[in-house]
Parts: sequence; C-alpha cells; structure tokens
Amino acid sequence: MSSDHYSLFSLLRESLRGHAGWKPAWRKASPQLAYDVIIVGGGGHGLATAYYLARRYGIQRVAVLEKGWIGGGNVGRNTTIVRSNYLLPGNTPFYECSMKLWEGLEQDINYNAMVSQRGVLNLFHNDAQRNAYIRRGNAMRLNGVDAELLNIEAVRNKVPFLNFDNARFPIQGGLLQRRGGTVRHDAVAWGYARAADRLGVDIIENCEVTGITIQNGIATGVETTRGKITAGKIGLACAGNSSLVAAMAGLRLPIESHVLQAFVTEGLKPFIDCVTTFGAGHFYISQSDKGGLVFGGDIDGYNSYAQRGNLPVVEDVIEGGMALMPRIGRVRLLRQWGGIMDMSMDGSPIIDHTSVGGLYLNAGWCYGGFKATPASGLCFAHLLARDEPHEVARDYRLDRFGRGAVIDEKGVGAQPNLH
Amino acid sequence: MRLTCPHCGARALEEFTYRGDATLRRPAEDAPHQAWVDYVYLRDDPAGYHSELWYHGVGCRAWLVVIRNTLTHQIKSVSSAVASPAPNKSDS
Repeated sequence: MSSDHYSLFSLLRESLRGHAGWKPAWRKASPQLAYDVIIVGGGGHGLATAYYLARRYGIQRVAVLEKGWIGGGNVGRNTTIVRSNYLLPGNTPFYECSMKLWEGLEQDINYNAMVSQRGVLNLFHNDAQRNAYIRRGNAMRLNGVDAELLNIEAVRNKVPFLNFDNARFPIQGGLLQRRGGTVRHDAVAWGYARAADRLGVDIIENCEVTGITIQNGIATGVETTRGKITAGKIGLACAGNSSLVAAMAGLRLPIESHVLQAFVTEGLKPFIDCVTTFGAGHFYISQSDKGGLVFGGDIDGYNSYAQRGNLPVVEDVIEGGMALMPRIGRVRLLRQWGGIMDMSMDGSPIIDHTSVGGLYLNAGWCYGGFKATPASGLCFAHLLARDEPHEVARDYRLDRFGRGAVIDEKGVGAQPNLH
Repeated sequence: MRLTCPHCGARALEEFTYRGDATLRRPAEDAPHQAWVDYVYLRDDPAGYHSELWYHGVGCRAWLVVIRNTLTHQIKSVSSAVASPAPNKSDS
C-alpha cells in the first residue's frame, strides 16, 4: 500500500519501510485529445483553479498546460507574503476570502505549505500617512478583516532595531495585520499540483500553447508544442505572458508586462519576526524559515519580458533597506532575480470572460498575485464552472475600464509602472 | 541598461522617466468612446522590439523615442520624439 495521505502515521510507516512507498506528488501526464476545461498556465493561480474546479465544482476532465515546469515561474519567484490589507470595496472581500483560504489551506490540500501568520506591519512617517492608514484600517475592519494601528512605542517594542529617527522618514507608527504573514511559495505550487492530480486533473509540463483555435467566435481548443487539444472552455492564467497568449485570440489587454526584482541574503539566526514594509522608501522585508532575509521594492518601471532587472532599482531597494534598518548593511546578498508582472491599468486584477466565447481570462495581478492564489483559483473556477462571477470577484470585470469603474488602490491612473 | 541620448550622450537610467508605448495616438475629441478606451487602456505589450517614450528629465529634458527589445533589454535606437516620432501602427 502506498502512502498517499500525508500524516504522522504515514510518516512513521514509511520510516519503517525505508521511505520506498511515497508516490510522486503528481503524475507526468501526457495530453489527451479533449478536456472539459483547459487552464493555460501551470503557476499558482492555474493550479489552484484546476484544484477548485475538481474539488468544489465537480469538473474533473481538466488539464493544466505549463510551458516550463511546475514552480518555475512567478509562484517560485515571489517574496511569499500574504495579507488582506486592502482599502477599496472591490478588493477587500476578495483578499479576505484569500486569507481565509490560506488559513485552512494545509488541511484542505493535505500539504505543509508552512503558512506562518507572523503579521504584516506597514510603517508610516507623517500625519497624512497616519490618517491614510487609519482609513485603511477602518475599511478593513468594516469588512471583518483584522487591523491594528500601532503607535511609535508599540512599533519600538515589536521591531526595536529600526532607524526611528531617519531625517527624511522618521517612523511614527504602523498599521499591523496580525493574520498576515508568509507562506512557503514552492509548497503552494507543489501542494495544489498534488491535490489537483489526486482529483484526476492532468498537469502537463513542457507543453507550450502556440495558438488558440477559434471557430465562429468560439474558442474550441489550443495548439501546443505537444499537439492539438480541444476543450469545452479555456481559461488563461498566464501572469506576465497574459498579453502574448491573449493576442493568440486576437485580444488586446489593459496590461503591460513589467519586471520586478527580489532579493535574498545568506541565512541568519532569527532577525525579524514580522513582515515589515517601508512604503515611503520602496522597501519591504521578511525572514524565511531557512533564515534568509527576503526583500524587494518597486518594479523597474519599463516594459520587459526578460525576467531580470537593472542595477538602478537594486541600488534603490538596498538604499531603502539601509535607511530603515542599518544593521542589514553587513549581511551578504545571496541571490537576486526578476519576474514578469502583468501590470494592469488600474493595479487590480481581471477575472472575467472575454469577447471570445469559451475563453476566460485571469490576469492583471501586478506584483501582488501570490497572496491572491487561493481566491484567484476559487473565483476563476467558479466563473469557468458557472459562467458567472464569484461574489467576491464581481468587480474584476474586463469591461470596467470602459465603464470608468476602475479599482485603483494607489490612485495613479492608467500608468501601469506606477501601481 | 543605459540610454544614449542624442543630445547628451550615454546616460544612466536614473536620469530618465518611462512613459510607455510611443506608437499610441490621441483620438479626435469626438472619436467614439471605444477609441478612447483603446487609447487610454489597451496595449500591444509586445515581446521583442517596442517603441517607447522616455523623458530625459535630469538631462536635456527632451522626449525620446527608444526602440528596445523587451526580451533582452537591448537598445536598438534612441531618437528625438519631436524630430522623428514613432509611426502610428494604424498609419502604416
């Protein structure tokens, strides 16, 4: 008997048997000729969509097509932060839905994703920012989300080593969401892939979609590097490549692809026990369970598909870090990398049908897609299964730009590189 | 990535501000609603050569048209946006 359910008992049993009975987390599936639903893109969102389609909506002839390998894209490139501290009505319920799914995720998919609700602290530096955070905290609490305003003493107690007396940005306090935190990002991909696989979903790696077959205005299948596949419905969850895949169906999207860089240092002993963000200085940081400091800042700010950035932003992020916590100056940087962000025109995502029948779009996650993974999967699965938007994603419509119903948290307008 | 400004020579990226796709053209004031939606919100977002506007705010303050490969960040050309504006795709 194989040990397919992860538990203390299966671990003990396998310990006695030389760990010979573990099965691969997912089958190396080959494409079949037809599926009910094809998800293009085997990232976190695509895998979560397939999982919820099979688990909650009973659709099991589902394929996830991934051009590379599982965990090789943004789901393995992000800074692992989860939070639901959003201000606008279209966003708050969605991200709180995601936070609740994170809280039950490991039991749901029987996989240790190292969900760690260590708190997310956003610092403020002047009266106007304090007012903005009070307003944000109130909006969160009205939606049933936890939010706590910390004064300077409370921040000092929590993170005493910050530079409180920075000449330009002296720290006056912060907004804390205690339920926010981090989740092991690779485990999210592997866990959803395994759970979807067990429900019969085919996860097909090294299978790049090269065309979308459209007959009489209806998408009927895809052409791939591993042959043609027909489908009842096609869902695009292609993150930074959304514009390119949508163009195969003749669509132009309200999206620009931009590069975002992230950084990790050598492993340290416990250093910082919550996610801390320094918005004024374009810097945020947390510590992984392995000990490395994981940090990042703004996107580079120009269109890119290169998965690597340039030095000015590296300098800017590290200057922000030195301004906030000078003691990181002696830590050595281990790795630095880039990922491609599907920056939407209002900074908020799109989960909607397109003008092509049978073709659905999940895109525009900007640099905040990881935290949204479970709710994005659930809402996209709901849309694919029922042909109507999920209650918490009803504002993420593709036509909102034309209707003037944009969801612009940062209030910067149609400037994707400023969101 | 460095940009060679036609007026100032090779300069660091921090001197410039990115202003996106240079091939977009503002519709006529009485153009249909959808023409304005396309202009403000929809983008080609190509993987490969991209004509884009950069503003040399810390240098000569000229608007530049840069043709740059979004897959490699290789710069093909930098020219003045006034002297040689990027062609509008619908013109060609």
